[in-house]
Amino acid sequence: MAQVKIDQGQVRQVAKLSRLELSDAEIMQFSDQLSAVLDYVAKLNELDTTNVEPLAHCLPVSNVFREDKVRESLGTEKVLANAPQHDGQFFLVPKILEE
Amino acid sequence: MSALEYKLIVGLEIHVQLATETKMFCSCGLEFGAQPNSRVCPVCMGMPGVLPVMNKKAYEYSVLAALALNCNITKHTKWDRKSYYYPDLPKNYQISQYDLPMSSDGFIEIQASEGALKRVGIIRAHLEEDAGKNLHGAGENSQVDLNRAGTPLLEIVTAPDMNSPEEVRLLAEELQRIVRYLGVSEADMQKGHMRFEPNINLHIIRDGQLFKTAIAEVKNLNSFRSIERAVAYECSRQLDEFIENGRTMQNTPKTTMGWDDERQQTVLQREKEAAHDYRYFPEPDLVPVEMNDEWLGQIKSRLCEMPLARRIRFASEYKLSEYDAAVLANDRATGDYFDTIVKFGADPKRACNLITQVGMKLANEAGKNVAQIGATAKDVAQLADMADKGLISATAAAVIMGEMVSSGKEPMEIARDKNLLQSSDQDALMKFVDEVLAENPQAVADVKEGGKKKEKARGFLMGKVIQKAKGQANPKVAGELLSKRLEV
Amino acid sequence: MSDISNLSCLEIKAKIAAGEITSEQAVGAMFKKIDENEERIGAFISLCRDEAIDRAKKVDAKIKVGERVGSMAGVPIAVKDNMCTDFAATTCGSKILANFKPPYDAHVIERLKAQDAIIIGKTNMDEFAMGSSTENSGIKQTKNPWDTSRVPGGSSGGSAAAVAAKMCPAALGSDTGGSIRQPASFCGVVGLKPTYGRVSRYGLVAYGSSLDQIGPLTRTVADAALVMNVIAGEDLRDSTSVSENIAPKTDYLAGLDEGVKDLTIAVVPELNEGASAQVREAVKAAIEAYKKLGAKVIEISMPHFGYAIATYYVVATAEASSNLARYDGVHYGHRSKEAQNYIDVYTKSRAEGFGEEVKRRIMLGTYALSSGYYDAYYLKALKVRNLIRRDFTQAFEKSHCIMMPVAPTTAFKIGEKAADPLEMYLSDIYTIAANLAGVPGISVPCGFDGAGLPIGLQILGPAFGEGNLLKIARSYEKVNS
Repeated sequence: MAQVKIDQGQVRQVAKLSRLELSDAEIMQFSDQLSAVLDYVAKLNELDTTNVEPLAHCLPVSNVFREDKVRESLGTEKVLANAPQHDGQFFLVPKILEE
Repeated sequence: MSALEYKLIVGLEIHVQLATETKMFCSCGLEFGAQPNSRVCPVCMGMPGVLPVMNKKAYEYSVLAALALNCNITKHTKWDRKSYYYPDLPKNYQISQYDLPMSSDGFIEIQASEGALKRVGIIRAHLEEDAGKNLHGAGENSQVDLNRAGTPLLEIVTAPDMNSPEEVRLLAEELQRIVRYLGVSEADMQKGHMRFEPNINLHIIRDGQLFKTAIAEVKNLNSFRSIERAVAYECSRQLDEFIENGRTMQNTPKTTMGWDDERQQTVLQREKEAAHDYRYFPEPDLVPVEMNDEWLGQIKSRLCEMPLARRIRFASEYKLSEYDAAVLANDRATGDYFDTIVKFGADPKRACNLITQVGMKLANEAGKNVAQIGATAKDVAQLADMADKGLISATAAAVIMGEMVSSGKEPMEIARDKNLLQSSDQDALMKFVDEVLAENPQAVADVKEGGKKKEKARGFLMGKVIQKAKGQANPKVAGELLSKRLEV
Repeated sequence: MSDISNLSCLEIKAKIAAGEITSEQAVGAMFKKIDENEERIGAFISLCRDEAIDRAKKVDAKIKVGERVGSMAGVPIAVKDNMCTDFAATTCGSKILANFKPPYDAHVIERLKAQDAIIIGKTNMDEFAMGSSTENSGIKQTKNPWDTSRVPGGSSGGSAAAVAAKMCPAALGSDTGGSIRQPASFCGVVGLKPTYGRVSRYGLVAYGSSLDQIGPLTRTVADAALVMNVIAGEDLRDSTSVSENIAPKTDYLAGLDEGVKDLTIAVVPELNEGASAQVREAVKAAIEAYKKLGAKVIEISMPHFGYAIATYYVVATAEASSNLARYDGVHYGHRSKEAQNYIDVYTKSRAEGFGEEVKRRIMLGTYALSSGYYDAYYLKALKVRNLIRRDFTQAFEKSHCIMMPVAPTTAFKIGEKAADPLEMYLSDIYTIAANLAGVPGISVPCGFDGAGLPIGLQILGPAFGEGNLLKIARSYEKVNS
């Protein structure tokens, strides 16, 4: 079985997609650890799954809906209660420059 | 300069906000213009531990719309997560549909002014939730309002079948009519209920070789006019870029443009990272939807005559002009109203005039739809009939209609009360004519003599006849009788 | 009144109902036990003293005037800190939610309150339920009450330790890959993971959405049944919580002592070699006890069982990478003070707020879902998941339940497996498959190893068969006490 490697460049890319700032040391460490795990995960390829359906849901359930009836919202105060930064009406983030 | 031909290729991506009471996955209300963050609950703000539950009406509305767009409704559909980070997307993923959208492979027909019908393909229509809003005022912060987050959206993707700015606008307008007809969306552009993103490029043939320019996607278009202009602008811009700099799909990436309404041009948006990796995967918190025949049948029964079909029918069946047909069929209520009036026996042209020339004025003043101003279809039909029979003049009809709306009384009653009935009774009128002629021999002589005095004398005699009839003479009939007696 | 802390839920309930003790006394006894032992054990992240005493007094007042009270009236219970409570911070064992106070209660919390149970505190856990030892908690380390140099198991380590140390007669945990059963086994208590969909996940902070389930940790099987009666059932706010039309709820206490007639137990010999000798011995002895009770034992093969870990670490991490994307320092939770721009708000807040294991799993999941890798990893894993479920379906055509160890070893030393994440993952070998298949499983204490550390017997059953599982477990408990 071929060794699966996730190199530091890929780790950086994945960290970017995951919005995680990592130090160089962390990137190196994760590269090793993730490679080891992915190498293990590769054993799934030992199995022939040609005619097997993917199982996303365990339950034999479909068509779960709710009625279109308004219920009271939380209220601005409670919505913002845990916000790291707010002005009483909006959540605040440092200026977003691109739209 | 070498011989150059080009074809404009446009596809549209449209987001339609559905007119449900609540959001897609939670029970927050969808009121426009609410205080910031006041229509928000743990679910739509993506708090830890919350779960989405599908709004049945939103689903049915989207199926209804897809049916009206001649789409195939999938029997088995599922939900997917589309991942990207943005402050107005609280979960940092959007629940949408990826590989099994609820509908696909439909079409919409548009009618250009020449009358020819053109079919634009609909690749797919699917449901998803909207994001909140980021506001970038002055100052060092952006403000996030999640009121809109979780609003149900129907995303419709057309095939790149449009070839002129006009066609794009026609499609946009037709789609607005369709969703309004069905009642699935208010489709108010000002309120952002419909968002259009054209994807535009050119196929250029120069010296027998085909070149394709890079596709530009234009955002922030909030009126039909700006859509048409943006498409026109892009067409020229891309052509210029090709001629001057040889820019094609081969050497230029797909771009995202914004529309600057003030300067009336498209503007390249800040460089974005290479194509988003949305990492779509099946939404584990929502179960699939199975559409069965019974349910589909129930939804289908709510379909109605579509705007284009109605315009065509009004013009052909009722012999109305294309313009009149379009006015009457522009919204469902007006067309239904008109149809009902005609079914009560009114002459279509007469009914059309009453609605468009009288009713709509009254409706505008009242800020309502003409079907809602308070004149019942039956009464309007009666009014039309009265006008047809010459019982009232056209001016009188307008007055009566206004009175019908304000008092709720029947037209005949109003006409009597207001003395607006005019007689077309030939015998009675002939009697008046004879009396007038007898009483005014000089005028009669002037008419018969011909010459300059003739018209004036005739008018004088007509006036006398109307006077004798106390205003209630059908002028046309009176005139005919007068002419008969005068043998002129 | 310290002997109250030795009592089971049912005993406390009965004594309160009979007026022998008050709920306030029961709650007081728990807090006394906590005060005496918590420094040593570290089971709780937060305690709800005022709230609990207040509630207890209210229940006592109701009982005094003969008012109707709930089925767990006055009984103290602890709750894993990944279940939202509007009266206490809910941290998920993470710095990123260190001060987060939800404005709502999880569905199971509402149910507990409706039955007048008294929630006394939020227990420690591996951060965001990712771990098998509670060493990944961003708040503190919980110790195994049997040997405080050892882990209590995870991720519901705090709940298991609290129950084992008699700080409460019951606790709620959550199980995504074994996080109720394994700590139950390490701490010598009963732990049940219900069928997926049996208990509402609304208010359970999501880790692996298609795998997570909330369940009880108790010292007796009957207590587990009591708690299940309270928390199980449909919730309209959780689309994956199953309708009672499809899976009717049973009274889990009813007929608990009756056992299962003509019980057929399946065992999977090929899996035994993964466990230590002492674990194997204890499980074998337990199965022998069943044989003595008249059960039949058959040998089966579950050919895809061995692929469960690989499958899980794709599926669970993929879902987790998405579920944890919301912790971004914008709407709630920790925001980095170093953030200069809005991208920083994300990258720095998450870097500061998440621990190493969480970061590892997020990256693993993101990778598995990313463009170019989706088919090879995620899609493949979902297909193997189907094969694993088939193994279970086939097994339950021939048997009432499958019995096997819960974990390959007894509680290991703190720090022993910290160096190698993969080694830690591989210790989930026995529990993970049940989550992938959605079937229920229970861990019941079945002995000790030479060092006096508890060993658990795992019993797995068909979907919505937790009623039988409890009966089967009870049969053993009766002869083993």
